[in-house]
Amino acid sequence: MSQLHELRLDPTGCDAHGFCVEILPELFTLDEWGYPLLNTGTLVAAVPKDLVSAAKKAVAACPVAALRLEKLKS
Amino acid sequence: MSTPPVANARLLPVGPSGQALDLRSLAAHETHFGRLPLIEGPRIGKPGPLVHEIEKSGLRGRGGGWFPTARKIHAVVESAGTRRAWSAGRKPVVIANAMEGEPASSKDAVLLRHSPHLVFDGIQALAATIGAEQAYIAIHRGSPVIDVVLRALADRNDRVTIELVTPPARYVSSEESALAHWIGDGMGTPVYGKRTFERGVNDRPTQVQNAETMAHIGLIARYGGEWFASVGDTKAPGTCLVTVGGAVNAPGVIEVPVGTPVAEIISRCKGFSTEVSGFLTGGYGGAWVATDNLMASDWTPESVAAEGGAIGAGILWALDARTCALHEVARVALFMAGESAGQCGPCRFGLPSLADDLATIAGKSAQMSDVHRLNTRIPLVQQRGGCKHPDGVARFVSSAMHVFQEEVAHHLRGRCSATSTGAALPVEGMRAIPVGLPGKDFK
Repeated sequence: MSQLHELRLDPTGCDAHGFCVEILPELFTLDEWGYPLLNTGTLVAAVPKDLVSAAKKAVAACPVAALRLEKLKS
Repeated sequence: MSTPPVANARLLPVGPSGQALDLRSLAAHETHFGRLPLIEGPRIGKPGPLVHEIEKSGLRGRGGGWFPTARKIHAVVESAGTRRAWSAGRKPVVIANAMEGEPASSKDAVLLRHSPHLVFDGIQALAATIGAEQAYIAIHRGSPVIDVVLRALADRNDRVTIELVTPPARYVSSEESALAHWIGDGMGTPVYGKRTFERGVNDRPTQVQNAETMAHIGLIARYGGEWFASVGDTKAPGTCLVTVGGAVNAPGVIEVPVGTPVAEIISRCKGFSTEVSGFLTGGYGGAWVATDNLMASDWTPESVAAEGGAIGAGILWALDARTCALHEVARVALFMAGESAGQCGPCRFGLPSLADDLATIAGKSAQMSDVHRLNTRIPLVQQRGGCKHPDGVARFVSSAMHVFQEEVAHHLRGRCSATSTGAALPVEGMRAIPVGLPGKDFK
C-alpha cells in the first residue's frame, strides 16, 4: 500500500507571496494576477512521490500557512 | 389536522376572487392552515420523525442548490463532526435564509409579506426535529420586510424564540457559511474550510435553509410528505416560487408546481411585452438560455440545466431585445466584481478583469483578441475561490458569450443591435471593486 499525497491551497489565506511557485514549479504556475495556480486548475492537486519532499518545503515556506499536505491511503 | 389545501397555491393561497390572502396575523394564519402539530425531537443521534415525512416528500432546497432537504437534516445530526459537537454540549442552530441576495429575486420578500408564520412554523418544526436551541431568520439590512417580520414575530410564543438578524446587504453575505459567520462573529464574509453543518455559528452544527424551504417544511409538518409530493415533478416534487421579471406584461412572483412548462409560466405573466433576446435563469450566479430553447422546456432543475440554464432560487428574467445584451452582461459583471468579499485573489482580481473585457466587447471597438482574452480568463476564476461567487460569475459570463454570440459578432464589426440605451437588469447599490481585506462593509 503506497501513500498518496495531496496538496491543498486555502484561497482565503493565500496572499500571493509566491514561494510555492518557486519551490514547486512542477505543480504551480503564477496566474496573471500573481496568484499560485495549481496544475489541476483547482485548489487540490495530487503530489507525485518524487515531489513529496519539495511539497513539504513549499508548505513550510508559505508565510501565511495557506498550503497543506495531506496523506491519503490508496 | 386541518384539511390540506388542494390547489397549487400552497405558500401563497388565494381568496375566492383570486387575490392573494393576507395571512400576516397568527389568527388568520392558523384559521387557514390549522395549528402546527407538536413536533418530536431527535433520539439517540437521529433527527426526529418529521425527517421521514420530509424524505417522503422529496423536498429539495429552494435557495438555489436544490439539495435534498432530508439529507441536509440527517447531516446536521449524524455526521462525525456533529456528534463531537453534541458530546461537547454544542447544540445545533437553525437559520432561515431570507437574505434574497440575488437582485432579480423577490420571492422571499413576497412570501414573508403574505405568509410569515408559515416560514416561522418551518423554523420551529426544523428546530424541534434536530434539537436546536437557537433559531434565526436572516434578512438583509435595510429590507422593507423587516417591519412585517418583527410584527409577526411579536405575535408568537415559540418553544425556541426566533431571532431576527440583519446582515449587510451584500451578495456573498447570503451564502450559508457567511450567515453563520455573521451571527457568530459579526462578519458577513464566507468561510473556507469549515462545513457549516458541522461548525457553523460559534462552531455549532448549523442548519441553514432558504425561507421558502422552511415554509414547505411548515406545510409538510401539517399535511405529510405524500400530500407534498402529490404535485410537481417526480425528481423535484411540490410547488415553487418563481420571480418572473423583465419583458413580460405582468412581472412578479408566482407559485407553480415544479415542472410547469416555461411557456405556461410566461403566459401566467400575460406573455412577453416586447421581443425577447434571451432568458436569464437563476440570477447573477445563474446562466443565460436562448429564448426558444427555454420556452420549449419545463421548469425543473434538471430540464433547465439540460438547456444550459440553472433555475437557482427561482429566477426567470426575459431580456428586452431593445437593450444591448452585452452591455447588460458587462454591467452585471461589474456589479458582481464589486460584490466580491476580496478574500481570494482570483475573485478579487479576476472578476474585475472579466468585467473589463466585457465592457470592451460591449463597446464600439471590440476586437477578436478581447473575446479570446475573456475566454482564457473565465477558467482562471473557476474552482479557485473559498466560496462559489466567482464560479457563479463565470457561469453567468460564459453562458452569455454563448447565447449572445451573434451579438458578439455584431460588436466585432463595430455594430450593435440595440435600439434603446436603457438598462434592464437591476444593479442597485453598485459598489467599487474591493481594495484590501473586507472591512466594515461586511460588519
